[in-house]
Amino acid sequence: MATTYGNSADGFDPANGPASAQERETTEGRVFTVTGNDWDDLVRDLSGTTANERIVVNMGPQHPSTHGVLRLILELDGETVTEVRCGIGYLHTGIEKNIEFRNWTQGVTFVTRMDYLSPIFNETVYCLGVEKLLGITDQIPERATTIRVMMMELNRISSHLVFLATGGMELGALTAMTFGFRERELVLDVFEMITGLRMNHAYIRPGGLAMDLPEGAEKKVRELLRVLPGRLKDVSDLLVENAIWKGRTVGVGYLDLAGCIALGVTGPVLRSTGLPHDLRKSQPYCGYENYEFDVPVQTTADAYGRFLIRIAEMSESMKIVEQCLDRLKPGPVMVQDKKIAWPAQLTSGADGTGNSPEHIKMIMGTSMEALIHHFKLVTEGFRVPVGQVYSAIESPRGELGVHMVSDGGTRPYRVHYRDPSFTNLQATAAMCEGGQIADVVAAVASIDPVMGGVDR
Amino acid sequence: MGIEEKLPSGVLLTTVEGLAGYMRKNSLWPATFGLACCAIEMMSTGAGRYDLARFGMEVFRASPRQADLMIVAGRVSQKMAPVLRTIYDQMAEPKWVIAMGVCASSGGMFNNYAIVQGVDHVVPVDMYLPGCPPRPEMLMDAILKLHDKIQNEKLGINKVRDDLAREREALLAVPTSQMRGLLP
Amino acid sequence: MTEPTETPGEAKVVFPATTDGAIETFAPASPTDEILETRQGMFGVSGTGDTSGYGGLVEPMRAIPPSARPYGGAFDAIADALEAALPTYRQAVKAVVIDRDQMILQVDRDHLHEVAQALRDDPALRFEMCMGVSGVHHPEDAGRELRAHYPFLSITHNRRVSVEVTAPDADPRIPSIIDIYPGNDWHERETFDFFGIVFEGHPHLTRIQMPDDWRGHPQRKDYPLGGIPVEFKGAQIPPPDQRRSYN
Repeated sequence: MATTYGNSADGFDPANGPASAQERETTEGRVFTVTGNDWDDLVRDLSGTTANERIVVNMGPQHPSTHGVLRLILELDGETVTEVRCGIGYLHTGIEKNIEFRNWTQGVTFVTRMDYLSPIFNETVYCLGVEKLLGITDQIPERATTIRVMMMELNRISSHLVFLATGGMELGALTAMTFGFRERELVLDVFEMITGLRMNHAYIRPGGLAMDLPEGAEKKVRELLRVLPGRLKDVSDLLVENAIWKGRTVGVGYLDLAGCIALGVTGPVLRSTGLPHDLRKSQPYCGYENYEFDVPVQTTADAYGRFLIRIAEMSESMKIVEQCLDRLKPGPVMVQDKKIAWPAQLTSGADGTGNSPEHIKMIMGTSMEALIHHFKLVTEGFRVPVGQVYSAIESPRGELGVHMVSDGGTRPYRVHYRDPSFTNLQATAAMCEGGQIADVVAAVASIDPVMGGVDR
Repeated sequence: MGIEEKLPSGVLLTTVEGLAGYMRKNSLWPATFGLACCAIEMMSTGAGRYDLARFGMEVFRASPRQADLMIVAGRVSQKMAPVLRTIYDQMAEPKWVIAMGVCASSGGMFNNYAIVQGVDHVVPVDMYLPGCPPRPEMLMDAILKLHDKIQNEKLGINKVRDDLAREREALLAVPTSQMRGLLP
Repeated sequence: MTEPTETPGEAKVVFPATTDGAIETFAPASPTDEILETRQGMFGVSGTGDTSGYGGLVEPMRAIPPSARPYGGAFDAIADALEAALPTYRQAVKAVVIDRDQMILQVDRDHLHEVAQALRDDPALRFEMCMGVSGVHHPEDAGRELRAHYPFLSITHNRRVSVEVTAPDADPRIPSIIDIYPGNDWHERETFDFFGIVFEGHPHLTRIQMPDDWRGHPQRKDYPLGGIPVEFKGAQIPPPDQRRSYN
């Protein structure tokens, strides 16, 4: 810092500090002259003196980098963010109120569209809640539970791939976007084969699953497991030791353990502080206690740590999917109780998917009870006893919980989702204030919010 | 036949409208207006497998000034509707709108207080695309149909007359709930 | 489906005569078992439309009654620790409901703040995380229409408990616990937005999901779903909340 500048025309003497010799009042206000290596001193000296212009900037709701329809209201002091607030509600769909006018089974189709990157998780937590209210959690067939776990882990992989893709795009790594979506297409192919749809599947129903795995599904999943690790290695090779990526994400979006616990933040953000809290391990559901997998943890509590956790979680998910495939045994995929089990037996026919001819022959020709059950369950739905329950699972973003209240009827009385993105997004202010605008983008990307879940 | 026979090779004859339509449709730049699940399918359409770049549409411009196609992908809530209209107004002519997905076309499965029942309540729509969400191939089909529409769009006074004729037709048309018969 | 219950509550179910000719009637159940609603018939159709033969069936839907000690499992430990930590336990916790493996403390709203403080700070309880607020509106339950349900999670002891607070429609105030659990900030704002519950002490209780100038609180039961009729070719069907109901 102590460079001598020799005979400066304006009498600069480094010993006096920059702000001392150079200010002169002019008609345009005070003018400072700096000659190099003294910018920091000048800014520091200035920050207490003149009133700086604080600008309020609106980032969003339509913005390529805000991860969906999120409105970030930033108060800026130059490039530094002094305050950030989130405006949400731009995707509020009233799903929770809509469910109150539908059956318990029809609720699945609504709920699946909340957090649209992890639809299987939304459906599973809903069905676990309904099954707890019905008291049939032990009667769900093992094959159904195993397939649920497999679908959830595949969904975790596809959700983390979108994190990589959109996070990369927002930070400028467009190749990550191409890679992420390319890999995601492989997973979506599997989903399409099993459930019929690429997204928003409505596959997991209260009592089990809508349909069994079709022929060739297991082979396709094994093929996916063979191909995917190599592709993921491509992505990690591209980004993990990348100096630019590290420069953008290391130390950015810092939120330590106390902050996470205070704000109720769960998921990879919490695990990046060093706490290995994962509901799959601590409060297992769907038989997760029988699977061997690790919970990746980092201690840096920044965006880079969360990125590493998500990459590691994808590998762990692949391990779980492989164990699921090995565990699959033939059996039913719906609960045995005919007063609850979804009655349709779907197959693909000449004119699309519909009830199989054998099922139609049975209900029309052989069994009157089956016909009545089919009719009443489809038009009216099953009745769920009075009560309320809070059920939670570990979604790719954190703890996804559902609070369900039943009044004894065929329609949900109240279904409220505790979405992890909603709670995690409150941490934006804690993560971003004091940083720069570009770090806001990186921090929000590392939280990985999905606005469908935030706004519901 | 006619004049084209007598021209030297390498000269094409066309109309101004045809040429303008051809230029416009082949470099249609979409504005990013991805809202919900359909946005992910729109991103998939732009990604590697269902490549939109082959139609010149890979550049999703964030600035509405630089975009000429707004693909409203997803459910438009009451809070978002004014924003949607603002972005549409900020786009420069000529501009087109695709309502992607059932939520944008008609409110979709969300027939309630929170969702605008069709973005045509807010902006004029040129192409409606059903699906929940529509497959990338369906989105490309809608885009190609829009390309055809743009190719055949008229200019100047012809466009004014065309628009008036279509408006008259729409005002006299039978509402959907009063149509009879199974086939259109 | 539903069978006639053995303790029918206020309605008397008359069964066929026993061998000596006397007709058995069943006395109403304990008056503390509150009845939420009474369902008639079996298939949701009533009056002349009901040709099922089950039209005479009457079934009261009972609320889950409070449980008595011992609660079983870890719930006793939680209740004991809370009782030790709170001198006003008897006034604060009106009832404890153990249902479907979950513990719900029904807490009086004036004592919510101290209960939440004890839940977080007491070493035997240590419920570090509050999983938000879920509002429920029961318009038929006079004096207790608005409910707020707070699920808590203890990572240290790996258990969950829920707290339920009620408030009447005429006075929809519940103390805010945002100073104890800052993560409840947006959850309380959302519950205010959708139910009109005013969380006292919340520094910025404004609408969060609906537009700022929206009138009404949409997820209340007296707020309509707000849909429009759906047009089909040749017909029109009413919006979901006005359609023929099979419930």
